[in-house]
Amino acid sequence: MPIPQTLYEKLWASHLVHEEPDGTALIYIDRHLIHEVTSAQPFDSMRDAGRGLWRTFGHLAVAEHNVPTAHRASGIRDELSRRQIEALDINTNEFGIQFFNMNDDRQGIVHVIGPEQGLTLPGASLVCGDSHTSTHGAFAALAFGIGTSEIEMVLATQCLWAKKSKTMLIKIEGELQPGVSAKDLVLYLIGAISIGGATGHALEFSGSTVSALSIEARMTLCNMAIEAGARVGLIGVDSKTLAYVLNRPMSPTGTVLEQAVSYWRTLVSDAGADFDSEIVIDASSVEPQITWGTLPDLVMGVNGCIPCPESFDTRERQDAVRNALDYMGLEAGMTASDIHLDKIFIGSCTNSRIEDLRAAAKVVRGRRVASSIHLAMVVPGSMSVKRQAEEEGLADIFIDAGFEWRDPGCSMCLAMNDDRLSSGERCASTSNRNFEGRQGPGGRTHLVSPAMAAAAAVAGHFVDVRRLTTTP
Amino acid sequence: MNSFSLPFTGLVAPLDRENVDTDAIIPKQFLKSTVRTGYGNHLFDAWRFKDDGELGMPVADRRPNSEFVLNLPRYQNASVLLARKNFGCGSSREHAPWALNQYGFRAVVATSFGDIFRNNALKNGLIVIALPEDKIDALFQAVEASPGYTLTIDLSGQKMVSPDGKNLTFDIDPFRKRCLIDGIDEISLALSFDASIKLYEKQAAALQPWLFQG
Repeated sequence: MPIPQTLYEKLWASHLVHEEPDGTALIYIDRHLIHEVTSAQPFDSMRDAGRGLWRTFGHLAVAEHNVPTAHRASGIRDELSRRQIEALDINTNEFGIQFFNMNDDRQGIVHVIGPEQGLTLPGASLVCGDSHTSTHGAFAALAFGIGTSEIEMVLATQCLWAKKSKTMLIKIEGELQPGVSAKDLVLYLIGAISIGGATGHALEFSGSTVSALSIEARMTLCNMAIEAGARVGLIGVDSKTLAYVLNRPMSPTGTVLEQAVSYWRTLVSDAGADFDSEIVIDASSVEPQITWGTLPDLVMGVNGCIPCPESFDTRERQDAVRNALDYMGLEAGMTASDIHLDKIFIGSCTNSRIEDLRAAAKVVRGRRVASSIHLAMVVPGSMSVKRQAEEEGLADIFIDAGFEWRDPGCSMCLAMNDDRLSSGERCASTSNRNFEGRQGPGGRTHLVSPAMAAAAAVAGHFVDVRRLTTTP
Repeated sequence: MNSFSLPFTGLVAPLDRENVDTDAIIPKQFLKSTVRTGYGNHLFDAWRFKDDGELGMPVADRRPNSEFVLNLPRYQNASVLLARKNFGCGSSREHAPWALNQYGFRAVVATSFGDIFRNNALKNGLIVIALPEDKIDALFQAVEASPGYTLTIDLSGQKMVSPDGKNLTFDIDPFRKRCLIDGIDEISLALSFDASIKLYEKQAAALQPWLFQG
């Protein structure tokens, strides 16, 4: 009997080129997504060293971190942003890499377009100079974020030096309550195991709840694995994976298809495979979540209240909570409805896909954004999502309610374009990080699901979306 | 022989905060550059300064936050940063170790590190040393108690020596250590396995041909 293997071990073994005595390995990279913020330096270094690409196939570049989400036809006003995107255009052209510039009808956030285009495939190794590359693990791809030096290495060698991670199984059982989403589930998980709780580990999500989730919801789950410290978040292949992957522009067709499908079906952890650690979560008890601090693990259920710093066990944690409350302008004991918002952001690689927009539109339909909200915006994850949302009438629902309907990009998740919070402004955001200044210097971020952000837009403060689900 | 083969001694600055994320180390408004330099002035920008900086703004034109630890006179010219757990969590930006390096830090000593940050740091010659919590606690106390507290970091011997002559040993991957001390370029090293890479591609293309068809 062969030893049962975890999915991560299978993916690792199938990409191993060479192994050093200390376990450091040269692993092969099948797919590489590129964006403008972390790629100019490696292309320059390639030129300086007189190196060419190992291969041109398998790389895909897109403009997304810096791009404006409004008035695109008039170009990019910010000179530095414009130069970064021009550099990507020049570099991809010179090196022969496919590039979707901001007016391309396939443009979008890297982690949305990879799966959409069929670049992301089960069993592939996939990297990008962005920590949310863990998203693609939802397809049983060995996907993780890399730094600039590693981007250069992938360009030049199609390989990376890496060390095998430990494995952690996140077993999620039970039925999610209506109005509770994968975003709530992952925020709850991060709250339970802490922001560094999975550092050094590759996560695998499994259990009846995960099987019941759609592929897009699974991407949300894997996207935020990094917020618990895990570079990799995986989910095994099932019929939903196959149905999503087939018939994409870059997914396999013809004679290899049968071979591909039968290979992909093996990409699950074997029964009895051994994980280094295991966490069990009861999904049925998870409420909609709201972060109240400046780390993703400072989170509460919608019916909870902000804890006092003294309720945390270590001096360092108490300090972190005090800092967070001070920065956020909040006090212990406050409840969700005490938190009044200035801006609403629905978007980001975590929550900008069609199902996210449907969930938000369902809440918004027939309602109005509260007059106290200065700006409520929806930024679809890709041109394709945008078109689909317009065809389905979702865009009109948002616009009628008072939302701005924008063009795709990273936008206010990290505020590298014009979409940002001013100092002191408070935002309900469907993005992934609530670090100090993340959405603009002095800005205050609360991470929530699309439905919760939509409900907050309507009420002007946080409310339990489950109490808003009946049509007005 | 390079700067990593010999021990170096550096003033230690304590950053007594857990989960220092890469957005704090170098905020995103400074990531719009297309070069690898110019980040040191913006290290911990939101904590170090009271005004909102722009890329390239000289430190002399800024309003410093006199309470931030790196602005205290006793920690000027520090080259070893002492921190708490999960230092460098968050984004994959390699600008974080660039900023630390360019500010003048040669090593970060902490309870633990974000995985991507640790990788990025070691590729840029920023030594990251993880020690158990009790040892980190003791170091914070010692640094607080003795102005001018230094550590001598000996990468070859995998130890740090405190001013009173005490040794603290640390672990580092043998591969990473060798790359630093021998000045190995990881890309050149990988390219020296070019036959293995090509052999791998041949085998993998049989198993998953669709990954190799353009």
